[in-house]
Amino acid sequence: MSILVDGNTKVICQGITGNAGTFHTLGCRDYGSQMVGGVTPGKGGQSVEGIPVFDTVEEAVEKTAADATMIFVPPPFTADAILEAIDAGIKVIAAITEGVPVLDMVRVFEKVKASNSILIGPNCPGVITPGGCKIGIMPGYIHNPGKIGVMSRSGTLTYEAVWQTSNLGLGQSTCVGLGGDPIVGTSFIDLLAMYQEDDQTEAILMIGEIGGSAEEEAAAFAKANVTKPIAAFIAGRTAPPGKRMGHAGAIISGGKGTAEEKVAALQDAGIVVAPTPAEMGDAVVKAMAK
Amino acid sequence: MKIHEYQGKALFRQAGVPVLEGIVATTPDEAVAAYDRLGGKIAVVKSQIHAGGRGKGTIQDDPEQKGVVVCKKAAEVRKAAEGLLGKTLVTIQTGPEGKTVNQVFVEAGCDIARELYLGIVLDRAAAKPVLMASTEGGVEIEKVAEETPQLIHKENFDPAIGLEPFQVRKLCKKLGISGAAAKAAAKFMPAICRFFVDYDCSMTEINPLVITGDDRMIALDAKITFDTNALFRHKQLLELRDLSEEEPSEVRASEAGLSYVKLEGNIGCLVNGAGLAMSTMDIIKYHGGQPANFLDVGGSANAEQVTEAFRILLSDPNCKGVLVNIFGGIARCTTIAAALIQASKTVGFNVPLVVRLEGTEVEEGRKMLADSDVDVINATDINDAAKKIVAAVA
Repeated sequence: MSILVDGNTKVICQGITGNAGTFHTLGCRDYGSQMVGGVTPGKGGQSVEGIPVFDTVEEAVEKTAADATMIFVPPPFTADAILEAIDAGIKVIAAITEGVPVLDMVRVFEKVKASNSILIGPNCPGVITPGGCKIGIMPGYIHNPGKIGVMSRSGTLTYEAVWQTSNLGLGQSTCVGLGGDPIVGTSFIDLLAMYQEDDQTEAILMIGEIGGSAEEEAAAFAKANVTKPIAAFIAGRTAPPGKRMGHAGAIISGGKGTAEEKVAALQDAGIVVAPTPAEMGDAVVKAMAK
Repeated sequence: MKIHEYQGKALFRQAGVPVLEGIVATTPDEAVAAYDRLGGKIAVVKSQIHAGGRGKGTIQDDPEQKGVVVCKKAAEVRKAAEGLLGKTLVTIQTGPEGKTVNQVFVEAGCDIARELYLGIVLDRAAAKPVLMASTEGGVEIEKVAEETPQLIHKENFDPAIGLEPFQVRKLCKKLGISGAAAKAAAKFMPAICRFFVDYDCSMTEINPLVITGDDRMIALDAKITFDTNALFRHKQLLELRDLSEEEPSEVRASEAGLSYVKLEGNIGCLVNGAGLAMSTMDIIKYHGGQPANFLDVGGSANAEQVTEAFRILLSDPNCKGVLVNIFGGIARCTTIAAALIQASKTVGFNVPLVVRLEGTEVEEGRKMLADSDVDVINATDINDAAKKIVAAVA
């Protein structure tokens, strides 16, 4: 079945007329996603390579029955774009934009949790169900339809993991980039629950990094609620404390959020942790053989 | 982005958060003049650097000279300013290399009855800001958090609403604050929470927060970090940035739109994506090497940015080899290959270069490198790449 999105998902792009919005909308369409429209305020009535542009998300939903959106608007306007998508009843919202102020996300997080929408990101590569629907910026060709659910706080490191599982012939059910910011709409826990219920997903690969405690919380949840095999990798074992490592959320502060703590929590929950990023695929194989 | 204590206190004052009178000085003469203007009684001369632990920190070549000095005479102020200005202060947060003191803040003294701790950060798990307060003021709060976490009291608050009056009462009860001091807290605590929100802070820390003999509540320190992502709506804060406090190569990288952190090792890394960049450092270490830096060129890097990235890596005298690890998504391998070829002409590589390319336009990128005269050690995957660069610099 896969989770979140599939071949029936109808997608719009908020910010479709910008460079990145246009480029990736067409990339998703080339992959086979149903890109049914786009939104740029003030540009309603135009079209991008045959895809109609609307002024508001509400109008786009009325005219196209879209149930997912990919957000490429600049950081100052991203929170508003997410709120507009929630208001229009969009089910899956993938916010790709990097650089959203964290207090904007505090406001959005509360609204999204009180709604029926699911927010992926911000600052993420998006979500893909191989062979069905790609919403985001990931290179489509590295994915193969298959049995591993991949979830990650990082973009390119996810590609690395996907590539390894593809080369091992496992393929992926659905891959989700959670995003590299301190507050993101969907957590590892949310996805663990979805993967657990999904028939197609036979094992889960979780890619975390330093900062915060999302991995520790996921480990505790998995121990109590997930029966499927789980493998994991944590990036940043060599990261110095107090320094933001690219992602706004990847920082060890006050001695908390270290890779060691996370690896220990995951192992304690019976999760196979890959010692190096080259062994993420192997770790999944080991977890499945256990 | 961090700012100095004296800058933070000026912002506090504007926001109605009580602070003491103080004047910043860059010379001993200015410091003495500041002391006189403050009334010539008790004053505190405080080193201004972007790191905590100044009170217990000492000057590198003069272990008797503390970073914060209480003075009762002009001569003492002069001596303290002379002992600090232009010198290197080493604190628990600066690392052994320390930081140069370019300014001192001369601040009026006050009658301290109690020292508390107060800090506001983002509580990631709750997705809300959290106000933390403790009776253990004036000491390292990380230590308190580790050894006696029950002494740190926390209240989450909604940024749109701020701290509720009942939350102040709860905190006062736990901190043992009552009477006139509790009234002062009822103004102080909501004001500092509002400050955190209004300026889009990542952290606002006051250690110590003091209660005076006459029951006033005063911020005796101001340690503030702003959310870089929100600076677009606080342009006035950019004037407060002190570039001399930052690592020059990191400033250079940020100007080129690159995410870079300098480290102590000898293997330069050029990677796309933060997670992959961290993992590349990790696997270098795993195979016995030491990364010289974290560098994420990002998804939309152009040839100029990548060339600048190589310049920054190669300008580090410790750098004995470079590992390029690219998994093209938005970033195309051809862009990186072209930049590499351009950089080898304009910058010149005098150290071994290991390149691993994968992802978007990989075949074309590999061919461009093979057809060029750049001396490259090719790697097939991330493991191979790490092994080869570790061997090359050994």
